[in-house]
Amino acid sequence: MELRKITDNSWEIPKQGDMKVPALIYSSAKLLEDIRRDMTLVQARNVACLPGIERMSYVMPDAHQGYGFPIGGVAAFDLDEGIISPGGVGYDINCGVRLLKTEYTETDVTAKRKELLAEIFKEVPAGVGKGGVTKLSRGVLADILVKGAEWAVENGYGRSDDLERTEEYGRMMDAAVDAVSDRAMERGIPQLGTLGSGNHFLEIQKVQEIYDEAAARAFGLRAAGQVLVMIHCGSRGLGHQVATDHIETMGNVFGAKGLPDRELVNAPFKSPQGQRYYGSMCAAVNYAFANRQMIAHWVRDVFARVLGSAKGMDQVYDVCHNVAKVEEHEVGGRSRRLIVHRKGATRSFGPGRPEIPECYRTVGQPVLIPGSMGTASFLLAGTKEAEALSFSSTAHGAGRVMSRHEALRRFRGEKIRDDLARRGIELKSTSWKGVAEEASEAYKDVDEVVRVSHEVGLARLVAKVVPIGVMKG
Amino acid sequence: MVREGARPAMERYRILPHTADGKFQAFGATLEEAFGNAALATASLMWDWAKVEPRVRHFVHVNGNDREQLLVKFLGEVIYLFETKRFLLGKVDGLRIRPEYAGFNLEALFGGDVLSERHELHGDVKAVTYHDLKIEECGGFTVQVVVDM
Repeated sequence: MELRKITDNSWEIPKQGDMKVPALIYSSAKLLEDIRRDMTLVQARNVACLPGIERMSYVMPDAHQGYGFPIGGVAAFDLDEGIISPGGVGYDINCGVRLLKTEYTETDVTAKRKELLAEIFKEVPAGVGKGGVTKLSRGVLADILVKGAEWAVENGYGRSDDLERTEEYGRMMDAAVDAVSDRAMERGIPQLGTLGSGNHFLEIQKVQEIYDEAAARAFGLRAAGQVLVMIHCGSRGLGHQVATDHIETMGNVFGAKGLPDRELVNAPFKSPQGQRYYGSMCAAVNYAFANRQMIAHWVRDVFARVLGSAKGMDQVYDVCHNVAKVEEHEVGGRSRRLIVHRKGATRSFGPGRPEIPECYRTVGQPVLIPGSMGTASFLLAGTKEAEALSFSSTAHGAGRVMSRHEALRRFRGEKIRDDLARRGIELKSTSWKGVAEEASEAYKDVDEVVRVSHEVGLARLVAKVVPIGVMKG
Repeated sequence: MVREGARPAMERYRILPHTADGKFQAFGATLEEAFGNAALATASLMWDWAKVEPRVRHFVHVNGNDREQLLVKFLGEVIYLFETKRFLLGKVDGLRIRPEYAGFNLEALFGGDVLSERHELHGDVKAVTYHDLKIEECGGFTVQVVVDM
């Protein structure tokens, strides 16, 4: 596809055909080579054709082909004229990342690293077909869907200050439980408090390098060697079913005629179908917040048991990277409320935004970008410029470049474990096959992804962290 | 034409390379046979269906506005029964597709077992998508499906 180079890190698909706006890709020439290999650019162009889209169809540096919208796609729509689309959020609603800091340094945990990981592995259910430890009634699940992480804290999982350090304070207020199908509820009941499988993980990490002292301090990071815990998971089968259900309903009511891809089905945001999807998506978002809240609580328990204390294990932040939200942004010189879809993209609000908790309001929102298994992850801060650049959004991770099939052919889980062990990284997994599929070589270079984010101004680099213990589903 | 290259006789399905997720083509002399094989292909991404002894049965009934929706909803049953009943599909019997008012309906009997220590899982299919979905008739039937993993 014809791309117009704007700067070294931004490329435009000019408005043509049915496109209502241009598409803008934030990428280096190097990352663009990967992006060009699949359907990402075609999908970005398709998104630009949807009704009510504002400004641009944006593509983040880690983008790859998704269903309907690309992964790493950001699009905002007018509330009256525009649409909402399950394909713009993805199947794993509120897949996201939570980061906890500790007061421990690497030397404090090195000797106990194996034990810590083994205990977390026992405590946090993970892997395919692994049910949760709690037996839920439908009534309790309904409560969780309304209250999100708040429910978890009320029920003894974690602390109230965790909520302040969670996007949306851990609870989207527009959840509509009656719009969540029985099937979605049934899939959600056995899976609450589980990590899942695939690219989801839990890591014990250490700070490797701090780039921005002031921001790092505000986020609770002191120096290299400090131990952190990162949790990456989502809304499990409940969210997948919500997406599946509403793709079907929207398809039945509005049809897919005229759409280049049936996964782009959508409904006017204010239509009953649009509102029902939005309400059930919010409910699934809340489920995922509660899920990560429970897992974080168990991790603290393990640290307290193995190391004697969980003191200072404060939450840095919790971000959603598959979500649609109503936000205020400036378009055409005036402030407008828009429904912003972020699919495989992280919100990156800069200083001053009222949505950010007071403790971070002068610095910008913590942005958590996980790497692939065994590679670095990054902590960034949201920027003011990102509002104009990308409706306050940046990348969400590394993004796959190799099929699971190919990864299985090339790598062996046990060998990856031994290689990681030689680099001082302990690995525990429910499946060696799963480990092989998630080999870091199957992913893009996350260092390059965050470099581009930083240079463009989508978010600014605060710290680099590396794993010392990895748990995979 | 979605079929790639020659295939041996009696091949039920073929798993195809896909960057992020799972993709397959399933074959059959009839649409019903191709749908049944697609269910087994979906199962094969999570467990070895050929090793599952049919001890439990589930009756499956879905309808769809068109054949594509029918297929997506039918394969969704494999995931739903696995996640909610811990049911592992091992075989598909009596699959019947009938046209009905404004679409199609499908009935089938799933044979399989409840997940226990004797089974091994190796993957997680989250959802069935319309992405690159194809249902083609050429001598027999070929269906192509991409699932989110």
